[in-house]
Amino acid sequence: MFAFLIRRIIQAALVMLVVASIAFLMFRFLGDPISNLLPEDATVQDRTEMREKMGLNDPVLVQYGRFIVDAAQGDFGQSYRNNRPVSDLLAERFPATAELVLVAASLALALGIPLGIYTALNPRGWLSQGLQVISLLGISVPTFVTGILLILVFSVSLGWLPSFGRGTVVDLGWWTTGFLTVSGLKALILPAIMLALFQMTLIMRLVRAEMLEVLRADYIKFAKARGIPNRMLHFKYALKNTLIPVMTIFGLQLGGLIAFAIITETVFQWPGMGFLFIQAVNFTDVPVMAAYLVLVSFIFVVINTLVDLLYNVADPRLRAERTPARGV
Amino acid sequence: MSNFMPMLYAFWDSDITYSFRKSRVAVISALVLLAMFLTAIFAPSLAPQNPFDIAELDLFDSELPPAWVEGGSTAYLLGTDTQARDVLSSIMHGMRISLLVGFASVILAAVMGVTLGLLGGFLGGIVDAVLMRIADVLLSFPPILVALLINGILRGALPSSAQAESALIVLILSIGLTNWVQYARTVRGSTMVERRKEYIEAARTLGTGKVAIMMKHILPNVLGPVLVIATINLGMAVLTEATLSFLGVGMPPTQPSLGTLIQIGNEFLFSGIWWVVVFPAAALAILVLAVNLLGDWLRDALNPKLR
Repeated sequence: MFAFLIRRIIQAALVMLVVASIAFLMFRFLGDPISNLLPEDATVQDRTEMREKMGLNDPVLVQYGRFIVDAAQGDFGQSYRNNRPVSDLLAERFPATAELVLVAASLALALGIPLGIYTALNPRGWLSQGLQVISLLGISVPTFVTGILLILVFSVSLGWLPSFGRGTVVDLGWWTTGFLTVSGLKALILPAIMLALFQMTLIMRLVRAEMLEVLRADYIKFAKARGIPNRMLHFKYALKNTLIPVMTIFGLQLGGLIAFAIITETVFQWPGMGFLFIQAVNFTDVPVMAAYLVLVSFIFVVINTLVDLLYNVADPRLRAERTPARGV
Repeated sequence: MSNFMPMLYAFWDSDITYSFRKSRVAVISALVLLAMFLTAIFAPSLAPQNPFDIAELDLFDSELPPAWVEGGSTAYLLGTDTQARDVLSSIMHGMRISLLVGFASVILAAVMGVTLGLLGGFLGGIVDAVLMRIADVLLSFPPILVALLINGILRGALPSSAQAESALIVLILSIGLTNWVQYARTVRGSTMVERRKEYIEAARTLGTGKVAIMMKHILPNVLGPVLVIATINLGMAVLTEATLSFLGVGMPPTQPSLGTLIQIGNEFLFSGIWWVVVFPAAALAILVLAVNLLGDWLRDALNPKLR
């Protein structure tokens, strides 16, 4: 287990190094940092001073080393567009995205798993058939279209829920939360549904497929033959083995949620990191793009590593395969 | 490529055509797609109006609802937008651009993926290791994020004056460069199986060169699954294009794709002219749904080969 842990951490560190290198290359060779940071009427002397100050005259390898060290401490320099430290911008926007993703993920799990179990246990029921059709639609309709339709129905026609922004947020000093006010919670509903919908259909299909697979297994047949009641059979024996692959995929999808939040945040003008990133892409604000890339990659890598470890803990067969020396 | 036509013939002569005729879903989606392709190709002559020709626009006709709603005109079946452009014509032209980007990026991704997969699988060693590492890293990120990043880098590398004209190429590149991994992995896998077979051994004994073996002997035998991936990929590519355009980093409003149309319509959501956003969105959804259904069927029909 320990060796496995070390191997995974080295792998994760390598991926981060690759990502940081891409970020550095963007930083160094995409656009001219000097003309982006100085006013248009800056003199040649100003430019030379700035170059010297930023260390752009040093050898590339020295710059690369400095970039890595700075990035590891969360320092990505100044945003070209806002003239503020990138780390401040991201820290400001992080809570909005985190809360959105958290709510959407919980929603997707809370609905997707029961619906998946239901469709697996009653594959011929009309509700199951309907859900299958809806899930196919859910995969084909682009998420931003879902969001627009939600706004059209619940904001424009019915006027029940707000269509943009976070509502009133409470500032906790290091974190701003929309969980504590009514308008904050109301503002969260539509974006969370939009973000959760795709993941929910995915989880539903996955749970259904896995459950059908497990229900065909020999140990379920034996249990049935022994007269174990159906409820116990389904929820105690079948569900456990169903959820292991679901857990893995969901862990990986959590990263997907952060990426898809870019679209949700644009539709609802949600002041999160994704909205910041898309503006940065639009204006080629390289420091923000690079910082977002590194931060999101870091989150992905951490999640992937954790999921792998959890998988190892949850499924004893994997441990047995990896440590044959112990003769398990 | 000389054996492409016989291959195509053999493909259609197989039991796949039978399976196609038996599947109602496949036939309907294929018909819908065919209709959409034809509309897209002949959009300039089919569309009732040229939405890009200012001379044809009559500002008195702006914001008209669809024909069946009160106040609508039969001249504009699906209504008009704020600048009096016919929504139906805009959709036809938009579909043209959406499909153009979709097909071009799928071809780019397929050619790149098949080539790299073939090289990696056949040569092995360091080439293979490097390629597969890149593929692993790319696969661990959501495709939309990779596409956005490539898009941002390409646009950053271009002078801002050239960005509008090169939007099409930037889009094709960013989507194509994101999606090659799947092709490469599949082709690499089947290449590694094929290259150990006896006919390759025989070809090598006869003194056939490496390139000739790859192109003439291995390539035709690993292309089957590529077709399935390409079909499913087309839906993905059209969606990605729409998403990028919707996010404002795709096609400009002067040359709108379906995604751009939805983005423009979205700005007028609160003024009650719902048809400007709903119809392009529906067109996009139907297009993607039809491609996905056809892809699903194709995958199932070719299943024994894939597994």
